[in-house]
Amino acid sequence: MSSRAPVRAALACLAAAVVTSGQVAVRGDIVHTVAGEALRDAVVLIEDGKIARVGPAAEVSVPDGFRTLRAAVVTPGLIDARCTLGLSGYLNQPHDQDQREGSEAVQPELRAIDAYNPRELLVAWARGYGVTTIHTGHAPRGLISGQTAVMKTRGLTVEEAVVKPLAMIAATIGEGARERDRKTPGTRAKMAALLRAQLIKAGEYVAKRDADDGDEPPKRDLQLEALGRVLSGEVPLLVTAQRSLDIQTALRIRDEFAIPMVLDGAAEAPETLERIRDAGVPVIVHPTMMRARGETENLSFETAAKLVAAGIPTAIQGGYETYVPKSRLVLFEAAVAAAHGLGFDSALRSITLDAARILGVEDRVGSIEVGKDGDLALYDGDPFEYTTHCVGVVIEGEVVSEEQR
Amino acid sequence: MLRLLAAATLVAAAAHAQEVPQAFLGARLLPITGPPVENGALVIHEGRIVAVGAVGEVDIPPDAERHDAAGKVIMPGFVDTHSHVGSVEGGDASAPMHPEVRALDSIDVRDSRFRKARAGGITTSNIMPGSGHLLSGQTLYVKHRDATAVEDLMVRREDGSPAFGVKMANGTNSRKNPPFPGTRAKSAALVRERFLQAIEYRDEVARANGDAAKLPPRDLGHEMLIEVLDGERVVHFHTHRHDDIVTVLRLADEFGFKVVLQHVSDGWLVADRIAASPHVLGSSLILIDSPGGKIEAKDNRFETAGILDRAGALTGFHTDDSITDSRLFNRMAALAVRAGMPRDRALYGLTMAGAIMLEMEDRVGSLDPGKDADLVVLSGDPLSVYTQVLETWVEGVKVFDRSDPRDRLYAEGGYGASHDQSDTVHGIVEGEHR
Repeated sequence: MSSRAPVRAALACLAAAVVTSGQVAVRGDIVHTVAGEALRDAVVLIEDGKIARVGPAAEVSVPDGFRTLRAAVVTPGLIDARCTLGLSGYLNQPHDQDQREGSEAVQPELRAIDAYNPRELLVAWARGYGVTTIHTGHAPRGLISGQTAVMKTRGLTVEEAVVKPLAMIAATIGEGARERDRKTPGTRAKMAALLRAQLIKAGEYVAKRDADDGDEPPKRDLQLEALGRVLSGEVPLLVTAQRSLDIQTALRIRDEFAIPMVLDGAAEAPETLERIRDAGVPVIVHPTMMRARGETENLSFETAAKLVAAGIPTAIQGGYETYVPKSRLVLFEAAVAAAHGLGFDSALRSITLDAARILGVEDRVGSIEVGKDGDLALYDGDPFEYTTHCVGVVIEGEVVSEEQR
Repeated sequence: MLRLLAAATLVAAAAHAQEVPQAFLGARLLPITGPPVENGALVIHEGRIVAVGAVGEVDIPPDAERHDAAGKVIMPGFVDTHSHVGSVEGGDASAPMHPEVRALDSIDVRDSRFRKARAGGITTSNIMPGSGHLLSGQTLYVKHRDATAVEDLMVRREDGSPAFGVKMANGTNSRKNPPFPGTRAKSAALVRERFLQAIEYRDEVARANGDAAKLPPRDLGHEMLIEVLDGERVVHFHTHRHDDIVTVLRLADEFGFKVVLQHVSDGWLVADRIAASPHVLGSSLILIDSPGGKIEAKDNRFETAGILDRAGALTGFHTDDSITDSRLFNRMAALAVRAGMPRDRALYGLTMAGAIMLEMEDRVGSLDPGKDADLVVLSGDPLSVYTQVLETWVEGVKVFDRSDPRDRLYAEGGYGASHDQSDTVHGIVEGEHR
């Protein structure tokens, strides 16, 4: 018996260590809960990975065994509402680029979870600045490039990182979808025609599959199954459209099929604000510092501000880049938007709670509220200031970064 | 050092601002070569800075037009040591080296990115051809004046000829199929061979001693490289990886040319060597939001600026427009501060350091009497995200005014602001791997 005692002690230790790792108290001179007014000198208690209490430091006592972190400013863990992190690697060589399969124009069956590399350097890079949740997946290239997923920026396997394995299906109308060398679609009208044809086909497939008519169900078709989930309203179609005319095409298709839709990019949204608002479609707007050229020639630093002013649910994204920089940091993009008409509060919401709502994960992330995941970002000043540092990052009660960034 | 003609004499359209002294009163002045001045008075006249000091200590000419600048910050116009505004081109694919090719023959002065550079407070730029060659051509130093032709923009030397450097590159961008080099060693060998040919040409010209019968046929490329060898022209060397940086230092040692290291992603690994080289005028950095995008930039980091500065290497910045946005040039200095560079050194990097690298430190880069009246009027701290460029002045002429809706369009973007920008970055079509 006695020979087993050390083993038991070790196991007990391990168990204790596991439990304590989720127990963190974070005290901030300012805590932006985003759920309500910012709190001065407040404490956030995280227990078993979830936020257990939020309140003034004078009222919240930190229990024994809790690790305490301090910072000037505390925000919810940031959310990048649209990126390709973990799929488009930082070296930008063929071996680390999995955000776009070029063989077909329509590939809704491609799952982000089968391509996501949680150890990709840029995932940790984004995390170091306070980004704890990302909506990542297939790129805005190709008519339907594949699926997206919501991940936490931690974990060594997809299973540890994943929040929502199928978040949206990524489609593109515009230059990103234009195929060359006689491949289809080569024009905008053809893009719309193909999208409609695919949705009609998926509708017929689902109808046949679900019919209770005694007939043999159709053979499984992964593409049509995936699109069927869009038609059933379960999964939004994420449509990248920069030009005003492409935004209108996307909304026309949405109206025809009554499908849930989220607009992505939307560089020319200010030209068609009323149409977007009336449709009730949220926008994950282009990175503020995205280059203005080609179909994004008319974008501006103020697109996010104009969308929000029009009452359109809006999130800011890090986006997808094909060269240098390989990834944009959503914090930096929101910062420039904040300084160009959006303002601090709306800018912070656009990368926290408003993003969470658009992604349908607001029950878990996006604000500092009791019961939500213990995801926090700590800064030594205004998070949007160029010279402020991220000084700590907590995901589900685990301190994942303490480096000054 | 080059002596530059009083630029004001070259500008055909003598603006009102140049005829009457202009006095900016009440601003916080950041002269760069001296400590900040609170409640400052800055007087400019005929394109030059006349006086810099505190209100009450500076004589304001009675006929001066007064500008209330209370609450604002005024500093020297920014110097961008590496830009591609004007949709500039260099050599073609026929050869890896084109010393005879001039950027000035390819610059579109109506390119919308000129307007954006002004909106970012940039008053001086080194416009360079690309990095896809070992030597892609001659660059052009410009002032962001109102222009209808490239002649209106160019900075001139004392003899009236344009001021420029020569753009070279090593590493991966210039590695291609023949006649381009396929390896790093071949890249260096081709460059050495070319310089040796220029030296032979120079010797042959010297031996001819003016005898037309003995002179070799005129070679524009050799002539340019001789100017480089004679220290008349600075080499702006695109280089990222640590060993490529050291190769540049080795070539500069062998041929004695003056060089500005451009990009210098791995500079933090070889900072002491850079600081010790007598041939390096300075290092011009680009800080990229995320590492990578190409293999050579995989270790690009914000810390490099502070590390080089602490090592004693003159450190400045560039936009590499359109790799980064000219309108946010101040952001790069701020990111350097975020990663440890002292504020005053970062502001020096935006202004004087660049002036020194372009050998224009007697004309631009600081608020000193006698220098060109190149100014940025800011709404606040130049290193804050919330600060806007309100006005940009070049040689006493206001070339950007945020309160003018047309200028504001370029400052913020929006419909029509970038109608002339094609769908490529550095000639690379979206989606291609590098």
